[in-house]
Amino acid sequence: MKVLMFGWEFPPFNSGGLGTACYGLTKGLSNKGVDIIFVLPKSVPVNADFLKIIFGDSIASAKKHYIFNSLLHPYITSASYNSRLSAKGSSIYGANLFEEVNRYSLIAEEIAKQENFDIIHSHDWLTFKSGIAAKKVSHKPLVVHVHATEFDRTGGNGINQYVYEIERHGMHEADLIIAVSNYTKNKIVEHYGVSPEKIRVVHNSVEFENYTLEQASKLKENNKIVLFLGRITLQKGPDYFIYAAKKVLEHYPNTIFVVAGSGDMEKQIIEKVAELGISDKVLFAGFLRGKDVHQAYQMADLYVMPSVSEPFGITPLESIINGTPVLISKQSGVSEVLSHCLKVDFWDILEMSNKIVSVLQYPELHTSLKENGKREIQRFSWDKSAERCLNVYNEALNFAGGI
Amino acid sequence: MVSVCFYFQVHQPFRVKKHSIFDIGKSSLDYFSDNSESNLNNEKIIKKVAQKCYLPTNSVLLELIKKYPNFKVSFSFSGVILEQFEKYCPEVLSSFQELVKTGNVEILSETYYHSLSFLYSKEEFREQINLHKQLIQKIFAQTPKVFRNTELIYNDELAKEIESLGFQGILAEGHDYILGWRSPNLIYKPQGTTNMKLLLKNYRLSDDIAFRFSERSWQEWPLTAEKYANWISAVNGSGNVVNLFMDYETFGEHQWAETGIFDFLRTLPEYIFKHPDNNFKTPSEVVESYPAVAELSIPFFVSWADIERDLSAWLSNSMQHSAINKLFSLRNKVLSTKNPELIAAWRKLQTSDHFYYMCTKWFADGDVHKYFNPYESPYDAFISYMNVLHDLELKINAINKEDIKKSLSLGLLDTKNSDN
Repeated sequence: MKVLMFGWEFPPFNSGGLGTACYGLTKGLSNKGVDIIFVLPKSVPVNADFLKIIFGDSIASAKKHYIFNSLLHPYITSASYNSRLSAKGSSIYGANLFEEVNRYSLIAEEIAKQENFDIIHSHDWLTFKSGIAAKKVSHKPLVVHVHATEFDRTGGNGINQYVYEIERHGMHEADLIIAVSNYTKNKIVEHYGVSPEKIRVVHNSVEFENYTLEQASKLKENNKIVLFLGRITLQKGPDYFIYAAKKVLEHYPNTIFVVAGSGDMEKQIIEKVAELGISDKVLFAGFLRGKDVHQAYQMADLYVMPSVSEPFGITPLESIINGTPVLISKQSGVSEVLSHCLKVDFWDILEMSNKIVSVLQYPELHTSLKENGKREIQRFSWDKSAERCLNVYNEALNFAGGI
Repeated sequence: MVSVCFYFQVHQPFRVKKHSIFDIGKSSLDYFSDNSESNLNNEKIIKKVAQKCYLPTNSVLLELIKKYPNFKVSFSFSGVILEQFEKYCPEVLSSFQELVKTGNVEILSETYYHSLSFLYSKEEFREQINLHKQLIQKIFAQTPKVFRNTELIYNDELAKEIESLGFQGILAEGHDYILGWRSPNLIYKPQGTTNMKLLLKNYRLSDDIAFRFSERSWQEWPLTAEKYANWISAVNGSGNVVNLFMDYETFGEHQWAETGIFDFLRTLPEYIFKHPDNNFKTPSEVVESYPAVAELSIPFFVSWADIERDLSAWLSNSMQHSAINKLFSLRNKVLSTKNPELIAAWRKLQTSDHFYYMCTKWFADGDVHKYFNPYESPYDAFISYMNVLHDLELKINAINKEDIKKSLSLGLLDTKNSDN
């Protein structure tokens, strides 16, 4: 089986869950002997070695990849594209985000003409046009993988019509759609007019690893630590976290709330914290990578993911691996597959605070969540997700009349 | 001769309503009055189970007793379910009273609050047996002679304790791993007792009805009364009694009416009586009729719960242990308030179901614990429970402080001793 995959950068160069998911899935597929021609846009000078992370040293002979210069980026918006573009000042890029997406699809078309493959796999809307273009020239089946929809990103307010159209078009042109959760599947059915029969759910996963950093933070000496880690955007619900912090502090004053991440709501959140009079209790850690991420999880007593709409949500799994219990939004895909955690409606600040205080106050609750969570997480593996993905490929090929 | 001995457990807990950290110190004593649409609403649940199980099953049993004067059954009612019947559906209580009046129904003893008190406080245990006895006498004009502990939790020490309280018999689980080669169809004498009789649950035949009746993948499905009666008759020659112990909710609630469970029950006596050597006996009749064939020692705790048949359903994780230890640590304090409402609330929190809901064993596999859990997770159960317990403790402390103040002002207390 040979797959032409339009994907994204991998950790540690990624900026969120999409890169982590692409990496895990690609590695899992590779373990199953699937050949992958990997295409990705990249805005910094290319370090070709990074593909070896997944494909090993035999990459040159067995697997192929294309990396081309682009300003595209998984969580890009029109505005952020424009600021990147003016910073680059180069004429090879599209004049705006949508031209750049079109440029990507032209490159995809060229690659599709030159390569032999059985199936096309596109991750999220920025690559859907490329997938469609590749399908047009090759007549091979297209699988689009939905990691997030415009409705998750915007919370349903201020949908970008152009993005929505690309998503919808991709879903309708695809032979099969992979959704990262039933939650996302329902969103696709509800908002994009797609029949549920066309959608397969492949949950994301995580690889169990033992991370022990054991650099006890000074902060921990007199405080409990509650962590938010994610993009500071509407989708991730940082404002709900801050309101809950205010409520928790009234009851449990020796708590520090750490906000790790960056995003377009950062300024607003910092102002809100000041307005609520809790600036001394909320620390902004900025965008963390690699080891720092594990460090952040490990120093926390609880990780909170208050997302307004989370198609999957890999971070809670990472937190549990690092031995930190999680409180997650019920409006998330990960809540479908994770049992040993606390769950709350993102808007229910009172219940969120109740659960945060309970974990801080009752050590047995913390221990039980931690131990049972670690046990549960060992059942997750990207190989299982890759297996399901492979089944989807086979199904799509059968529809199309076989290899 | 084979005697069929039916014993039905009739119990529903007072489920604790959702209680937040922020409610501590602010809430009223009524921890059990959820009135939402959720499964924490005790009134809603008991009314539902009354319609599906208690009323229809009672009417089948009454019909059977009228038809077969030698058809007999036994029940054990927790005090907390009788309170709920009185409060929410008195018609269910009258229908049980009508059954008991026939004289074919024996009521067993148990702890009023369906508690794990035997493991934590013998005094509390005895007091609850006594409270239960008074309630049964008041409602049913009967005095229990045979004891059955919460969820069939049992060991040798319990048998000794129960003998010292004047009971003649006791019930326990009869799983293979407990009995080894011994048969549950014979009567034993618990080790360390002088005259006690031990009745053991025939778990295969009990579970055929309670768990497997509607299971289509079971090779014996569909189970007919005739086939089942033949299995019972086959015990002739190798045993005296077949103890069929199960939750009363088996009829109509765990096995829905559509499965044919009521028809099965309705026709079972007819087929049992077809064999002339068969009969029905209540536990105390069994105790009187059959000698103990041997002494049996069960030094460790067993129960009828889960595949493990041990205490792990209630006491296997740190949340459960911490909750129950905290609860029993309040005993002296709460009793010294002499406040009946506070004491009753504290005792309602002893019901074993609260700890069952906190069980994390197999939780991710969606097993029966999940099915029977009115909370979203064992963690949610723990949070509400602990918050309520803290609230109760504040109320207890407030009353005790008041008492100390009063006593001081009346010169009743030595100030040096009370000053700590």
